[in-house]
Amino acid sequence: MPELTISRRGLLAGSALLLASTALPAIGRAQAPKKGGRLIVAADSEPRNLNPAIVASNGVFFISSKVVETLAEASFDGKDGLEPRLALSWEGAADGLSVTFKLRDGVKWHDGKPFTSADVAFSALQVWKPLQNLGRTVFKDLVAVDTPDNLTAVFKFAKPTPFQLIRNALPALSSVVPKHVYENGKIEDNPANNAPVGTGPFKFAEYKAGQYYRLAKNADYWGMDEPYLDEIVYQVLPDRTSAAAALEAEEIQLAAFSAVPLADLDRISKVPGLKVVTKGYEGLTYQLVVEINHRRKELADLKVRQAIAHAIDEDFVVKTIFLGYAASATGPVPKNDPQFYTADVPTYPFDVAKANNLLDEAGYKRADDGKRFTLKLLPAPYFNETKQFGDYLRQALAAIGVDAEIVNNDSAAHIKAVYTDHAFDLAVGPPVFRGDPAISTTILVQSGIPDGVPFSNQGGYKNAELDALIAKASETLDTAARTELYREFQKKVAADLPLINVAEWSFISVARDTVGNIANNPRWAVSNWADTYLAR
Amino acid sequence: MIALAYSTVGVLSFENESSFAPSYGLAMTRALILLRRRLVGSVFVLLIVVIGSFLLLEAAPGDAVDAYIVSTGGDAGMIELLRHRWGLDQSELTRLANYLWALLHLDLGHSVTFSRPIRDVILERLPTTLILMGSATALSFGLGSALGIYAGAAPGSFRDRFLSVGSLALYAVPGFCLGLVLIVVFAVDLRWLPIGGIETIASAKTGLERAADIATHLVLPVSALGVIYLALYLRMMRAGMAEAWRQDFVLAARARGLPRRRIVLAHVARNALLPLVTMLGLQSAQMLGGSVVIESVFAVPGLGRLAQEAVAGRDTPLLLGIILVSAVLVIVINLLVDLAYAFLDPRVGASEAGA
Repeated sequence: MPELTISRRGLLAGSALLLASTALPAIGRAQAPKKGGRLIVAADSEPRNLNPAIVASNGVFFISSKVVETLAEASFDGKDGLEPRLALSWEGAADGLSVTFKLRDGVKWHDGKPFTSADVAFSALQVWKPLQNLGRTVFKDLVAVDTPDNLTAVFKFAKPTPFQLIRNALPALSSVVPKHVYENGKIEDNPANNAPVGTGPFKFAEYKAGQYYRLAKNADYWGMDEPYLDEIVYQVLPDRTSAAAALEAEEIQLAAFSAVPLADLDRISKVPGLKVVTKGYEGLTYQLVVEINHRRKELADLKVRQAIAHAIDEDFVVKTIFLGYAASATGPVPKNDPQFYTADVPTYPFDVAKANNLLDEAGYKRADDGKRFTLKLLPAPYFNETKQFGDYLRQALAAIGVDAEIVNNDSAAHIKAVYTDHAFDLAVGPPVFRGDPAISTTILVQSGIPDGVPFSNQGGYKNAELDALIAKASETLDTAARTELYREFQKKVAADLPLINVAEWSFISVARDTVGNIANNPRWAVSNWADTYLAR
Repeated sequence: MIALAYSTVGVLSFENESSFAPSYGLAMTRALILLRRRLVGSVFVLLIVVIGSFLLLEAAPGDAVDAYIVSTGGDAGMIELLRHRWGLDQSELTRLANYLWALLHLDLGHSVTFSRPIRDVILERLPTTLILMGSATALSFGLGSALGIYAGAAPGSFRDRFLSVGSLALYAVPGFCLGLVLIVVFAVDLRWLPIGGIETIASAKTGLERAADIATHLVLPVSALGVIYLALYLRMMRAGMAEAWRQDFVLAARARGLPRRRIVLAHVARNALLPLVTMLGLQSAQMLGGSVVIESVFAVPGLGRLAQEAVAGRDTPLLLGIILVSAVLVIVINLLVDLAYAFLDPRVGASEAGA
């Protein structure tokens, strides 16, 4: 019986993950949206800075994306996977040196002042480029933003910059903040960073540390009839088990970002009045990756890396660790990415005998105790699943005579050990794929990155050919040619294994049946929730 | 780390038990002498606690910037900028000196995890922890000693055995486990009580209504925290009473024909009470530590959870602030306990008053 449940669930979730990008324009639109009501949502952390223009991360977006809007949002059926928000249209010049945005008319900031192209110019030049964690890379060549009129912003780049990259970066990197609030004093110390002012469907109302955030309806929102909700309250629930209990007790109506642990989902899906939703995260794919320290002479040998890849049973990882709520991975771009993914790469099917042969060939014979060599394995502590995969990997390596010592750290210590001190042989990491390999994927294998940069190649891997490919793709303007280069990139990474991609997963929401219009775009949890409603 | 700091405080403030010379000086004078001695000692204790905690946290791998970039990522330039802005590019010694210098001016510093002054962050959480801890201590002390008297009135009887074993069983249950069971039973299944938090969120309740709201929210966490430590008081009371029954004055009281009820309460229990008061002082420190878990499980925004966040965020000044405030709290409680002692037991502090 349990086996049956797992495989059925696995099948459902797996296919959902694969198909979701095309299949699901709407969920729960059968009912007519109702107006009013307070939506109470579980929040597991309290970001210290709520300004999404400075900190482009899911933890911040979860709350701030309802207050501060971006130029465009991800969409299941829109052109290029985008739908307009503050910008109505965007056009890249053929020479890659400029991008022109036409902005929405009649939009007001929450303090009543009009939104203009000056705000966009200010945000891009003063915030995204110098201060934002992701923008510092993507907008590094941005030199000016011309504002010929109040509703036009023209981004000027010093070097040709692929329009495809800018487009793909819009949903996460283009939060627009008001110039008049930020222009005086240091932007990093502005009080609005903790009480954001934006143009979104909800205004930031109140924050009680350790208890809740409250957002209130913006009556002047530009969206027709939107928002439907009167209030969104984020209740801080630091303990993961309490989110499930709070849902059951009807104290909260929604727990996003897998606040309910995977192991509880089977039980909770049977509770009347609750639904488990696996959609709405297609644009937020996390990748389960084995990071490799190529400074170890054994690991510098391709055969050893191939052996490790063959020793990992991806299917088992998906079914047992992720309980089916994941998909196996073939390379550095996830399968559910509509633009870049290619399946045409070398693969490493689960084959212990082959793995053992490869290690023998590489010259690492088993000693008398059956061991070939010992490795230090550091699983990232951020997710239960990364820790569990660490335990699994240790067993999988034992089967091929590699002895792995697990070193457990908390988040800060793990970051220091892996990305600054390089005190690891293997590490388990969960990098995020952000819709374009140039945003945060290529740096996982590129060489020449200074010590201390997290979620980057700190394993000492150096491949001139791959570096050249990455450099070429970063300045290739033609979308088709650029996409082809990233397909080539996936092949090379899968062939040379600077790291091993094992699985890709996303999050799960659990909500009461009464919550409508959830999961209707690929970044739903971090989108603006203007059309979300409560049917009472 | 915090527990260590607490125990240092606890040990140092209990060194006075051996002054035995009888004196008839006023209890008040003795209390004042105690107070003076404690205050001088406390400053050194606090200094040791601060420096010790600072060094321990420095020894932990990773700093505040490492903890921060876990959720954001970032390039080398951004990381360098952050280290500089947060003063983490200075040497450990400079930072410790700066911290102590600021502390001398009663400035607890600025928290990088909350981007706010530490004083505000702590003051916001302190009342919650005090209410939680105070109620839980009152529950475990009150109920524990009452049950202890009940058990100790007839040592070796069935009710004694039952209460002793039962309370030990509760003591053996981990706090979070008891908390979760309480949540499932009373909040999820029966829905009698709220699941967590300190009050109904964003409810705009005021006055008595708000107090009642907070009280209902406190029932479960206070029970989880209090019931566990109840065993300590129960066992101590019971053991003290079992001891007292064998003393001559009990025999004398019996011989005088006093009613049993009076012997139990006024003679046996009263004599067994003193060690419990000592325990109360020590226990208050442990409660602060125990509430870390309970505060997380019940989502109560108190000092314990703040300390956990400070460690996870490697926010050294914030953690030092919490430890300092907790240490002061423990010292004050122990001072009160000693003062109570001075009133309850005429021997305490008498040597100096006589000299």
